[in-house]
Amino acid sequence: MKLTRQDVEQIAHLARLEIGTDEIDGVVEKLDRIVSFVDQLQAADTGSVAPMAHPLDMAQRLRPDAVTEQNRRDDYQRNAAGVADGFYTVPRVIE
Amino acid sequence: MSWETVIGLEIHAQLATRSKIFSGAATAYGAEPNTQACLVDLGYPGVLPVLNAEVVRMAVKFGLAIGASIAPRSIFARKNYFYPDLPKGYQISQYELPIVHDGRLGIELEDGSSTSVHIIRAHLEEDAGKSLHENFAGLTAIDLNRAGTPLIEIVSAPDMRSAREAVAYMKKIHQLVRYLGICDGNMQEGSFRCDANVSVRRTGTDQLGTRTETKNLNSFRFLERAIHYEVERQIEVLESGGKIIQETRLYDPDRDETRSMRSKEEANDYRYFPDPDLLPVLIGADFIAQVQAEMPELPEAKRARFVAEHGLGTADAALLAASIELAAWFEAVVMAAPGSAKLAANWINGELMAALNRDGLAIEASRISPAQLAGLLRRIMDDTISGKLAKQVFELLWSEGGDADTIIDKQGLRQITDSGAIEAVIDKVLAANPGQVAEYRAGKTKVIGFLVGQIMKASAGKANPAQVNELLKRKLQG
Amino acid sequence: MSRRTITELARALRAREVSSRELAAVALARIEAADGELNSFISVEPAMALAAADRADQQLARGEGGPLTGIPFAHKDIFCTAGVKTTCGSKMLAGFIPPYDATVVSRLAEAGIVMVGKTNMDEFAMGSSNETSFFGPVRNPWDPHRSPGGSSGGSAAAVAAGLVPAATGTDTGGSIRQPAALTGITGLKPTYGRVSRYGMVAFASSLDQAGVLTLSAEDAALLLGAMAGFDPRDSTSADLPVPDYAAQLGSAVAGKRIGLPKEFFDAGLEPASATAVREALRIYERLGAKLVEISLPSLALSVPTYYIVAPAECSSNLSRFDGVRFGYRHEGAQTLEELYKKSRGHGFGAEVKRRILTGTYVLSAGYYDAYYLKAQKARQLIADDFRRCFADVDIIAGPTAPTPAFRLGEKVDDPVQMYLNDIYTIAVNLAGLPGLSIPCGFSAGLPVGLQLIGPHFGEGPLLNFAHVYQRETDWHTRLPPGAAVGAPSGAINGGIAPEGAPTGAPTGKPR
Repeated sequence: MKLTRQDVEQIAHLARLEIGTDEIDGVVEKLDRIVSFVDQLQAADTGSVAPMAHPLDMAQRLRPDAVTEQNRRDDYQRNAAGVADGFYTVPRVIE
Repeated sequence: MSWETVIGLEIHAQLATRSKIFSGAATAYGAEPNTQACLVDLGYPGVLPVLNAEVVRMAVKFGLAIGASIAPRSIFARKNYFYPDLPKGYQISQYELPIVHDGRLGIELEDGSSTSVHIIRAHLEEDAGKSLHENFAGLTAIDLNRAGTPLIEIVSAPDMRSAREAVAYMKKIHQLVRYLGICDGNMQEGSFRCDANVSVRRTGTDQLGTRTETKNLNSFRFLERAIHYEVERQIEVLESGGKIIQETRLYDPDRDETRSMRSKEEANDYRYFPDPDLLPVLIGADFIAQVQAEMPELPEAKRARFVAEHGLGTADAALLAASIELAAWFEAVVMAAPGSAKLAANWINGELMAALNRDGLAIEASRISPAQLAGLLRRIMDDTISGKLAKQVFELLWSEGGDADTIIDKQGLRQITDSGAIEAVIDKVLAANPGQVAEYRAGKTKVIGFLVGQIMKASAGKANPAQVNELLKRKLQG
Repeated sequence: MSRRTITELARALRAREVSSRELAAVALARIEAADGELNSFISVEPAMALAAADRADQQLARGEGGPLTGIPFAHKDIFCTAGVKTTCGSKMLAGFIPPYDATVVSRLAEAGIVMVGKTNMDEFAMGSSNETSFFGPVRNPWDPHRSPGGSSGGSAAAVAAGLVPAATGTDTGGSIRQPAALTGITGLKPTYGRVSRYGMVAFASSLDQAGVLTLSAEDAALLLGAMAGFDPRDSTSADLPVPDYAAQLGSAVAGKRIGLPKEFFDAGLEPASATAVREALRIYERLGAKLVEISLPSLALSVPTYYIVAPAECSSNLSRFDGVRFGYRHEGAQTLEELYKKSRGHGFGAEVKRRILTGTYVLSAGYYDAYYLKAQKARQLIADDFRRCFADVDIIAGPTAPTPAFRLGEKVDDPVQMYLNDIYTIAVNLAGLPGLSIPCGFSAGLPVGLQLIGPHFGEGPLLNFAHVYQRETDWHTRLPPGAAVGAPSGAINGGIAPEGAPTGAPTGKPR
């Protein structure tokens, strides 16, 4: 199946990636090559095989319910581009 | 042709853990913004989720309480979407293989009818943070304290047929999670909220109509109002030849209407897949047995026991068992004043409830304690005080505190049980009312009520009414 | 000798022939002198390194510390280091200073290692040539026109060139083993779950594993012993005891069975590389091991499977880079959507964006079953192949990469060709197995790697296999031309950097 420019634009929107008008053709072309490549998997006979989500056959470990983290807001917000009164800020979201 | 309403609810209950579902940050409500958001909650690069054991225990507890299946193996999945209150760009939730599935809950309506609701699944997930759209100079401000708070999402089948049923079901779940101690049920703080899936169809048809999902209803009244609005809106659309669009809507309590939230809805494709940072949660029979052994008494059982053990009427028992705190309060009173159960039930459902309602307090914030009420009830039972004067004592306990005995003594409210003293009062009243005495003796026995009233008045209400009745009759007949 | 192993340096430190401060100073000087061309480091931390070295010297003076105390070292810039810039090779994180250490970083620091800097890498570890780094490509010390491989190319080049004796790497589809092979050093990727992933910027969570690039299997054993083990902050870390890997080295391989997957020796393998690998296998045979032909019939599925699973996980893992709490934020955004799209569109490079798009596509509605679920099933088939083989053999051996180092720019425009470079390494990640690469000869002057693969948590025997080979051969001691240039003369034992190994046809022979 051939990936179209519309397909790629839709995926890019889902992934919140701006793709410049100068890049888009190259992205479509390369992505199509990748998808065609992975498409060869369709020929594999995987009939009744159980899907493998994880390389290890282990169970989830559980952590005791205890507060172990202290307030380190100032440290943590040092990497943020927009902060006001302890909040992170982003352009106004209209709901 | 009439319309039938079809409702399914997705209830989100915050689990009452100390720490978050995947991190060691505190879950306490009301902290300064972002002071309870640790690296994991903030989605910092490279940091990883580790599941809180208590969350699993609570989910299993809930599952057992609704007679559901507990999945021996359940998995976490990522729900991918971008929103600033969702730090990682995905919410860790459960999609395939939720921890609890296929339970059932019976509900009773005020008219005495009952029905039952199939609970398709209850899964674990993390809550998102909060976005504030006001007061930040054209910016949206993000507080991630709530991000990572554990939630159990309880998904019902579309089994409800009216707003009343939906409210009864939501109340029942609310009661249950509080009984189980897995959620504080605080709806104002958002600890307990629901999304309502509402559709309508022609009565008699089997096929479901197109539904809308009204999000984030955080009061029983809003749920009821939102459903009413939505049902009317949908019927209007359909009757005018329109079509219902499957969409997410928001209830606006100020305008009492729901409106479309297309901005959030737009192009949703959550791309669920198993979270590779978390492994399957395995739950064995021994763990389930352990949780089963810790199960508290549930509302129905408690109600039945109140009837059987304390001899309460079913109505009183139901009122007391409605909330686990009230039930515990009642039992504390009975413990402190043995044999007072019926009296205690009357007082709690009567005076105490009235006082709480008047002051807008929850039972936990009651201004009198079970021990204080028990002190009062003991004095009623041993005839130290009459029921009528006891109300005065109750009011004083409520407004000023202290204990019943002190108040009774200080206010001189001790009941007069000395027959001589009572007879003296009776004699005085009979002497002052010869006409009524004559009427009585002529057969108009109803007049005794007047005489009792006069005697009680003359004794400032302190004469023991039973003794008054008995002695008065004897004197009148004698 | 200018390029010395950790084992040798530890001996010299303990004998007080050299101080940790001197070693750190030498490493810093070499980086200063050589890295302008190699570009193997993204950041260098002289003050921090010297302070750590001084602490190590004090410990050593008190007769304390272990075999890693005072050893200069570099971390791949994917490991978060508290207070030290951690870029992951991306513009997105060019200014990111984590307020925490990765578990690998803190464990090695506790073991006394002296971090001198952070190494270059493919952006977010997505690449096999180190050309996707925002900070420019790394050059292969054996030939500056060639790639050192990737994504741990900076670590590989820095170790091969003798700037540091060892460095961490991460391996999602071959990112330790392939650059180790292409630069003629030892690279170990442990079993998935053996080493904590906490604080390691995630690419593909079910495949990523931290490991090391070293000059010998012995050094890798020492480092793994310090890094490995249960971490309560990583749900996928295995709660298993950590053996003393170094102490296990040297046992005989006589009677052991080595499986040679016939699919590893197919037409895709460059002939001179094939010759070098076969020569290496003969050494094992001489040591009494038995070579057994085996088959991994589903191996051909591994590259397409990987390029579904890894992008799917990456598309989700990288959603957190949204310009809000950390990382690059585009200043021209008027709306939230623009903030996301521009920050991510400009903050990520082309390959990262391609993988995010691929991953988003394979998970999207209507395609999940055809791609992601299918890949998970194929992954099971691949893992089954290995399970079956390990019932019969102790270890699996073959080439690490189909060709020696390729020229910079050669594959950069053809992502699929680039992906196929990982044909022999990727299946190991899909199955979660431990694997390593050791140098085993040359092809036209460029190093060739022998890959050894063990069963889950079989690092001990795996390292032993590598160690006994390195006792018999000297390929791992061959120096690239100009290795360790700029070493201040007399810095270590008065030694002067030698001219390095011949760059012509392979001359290495078993000792």
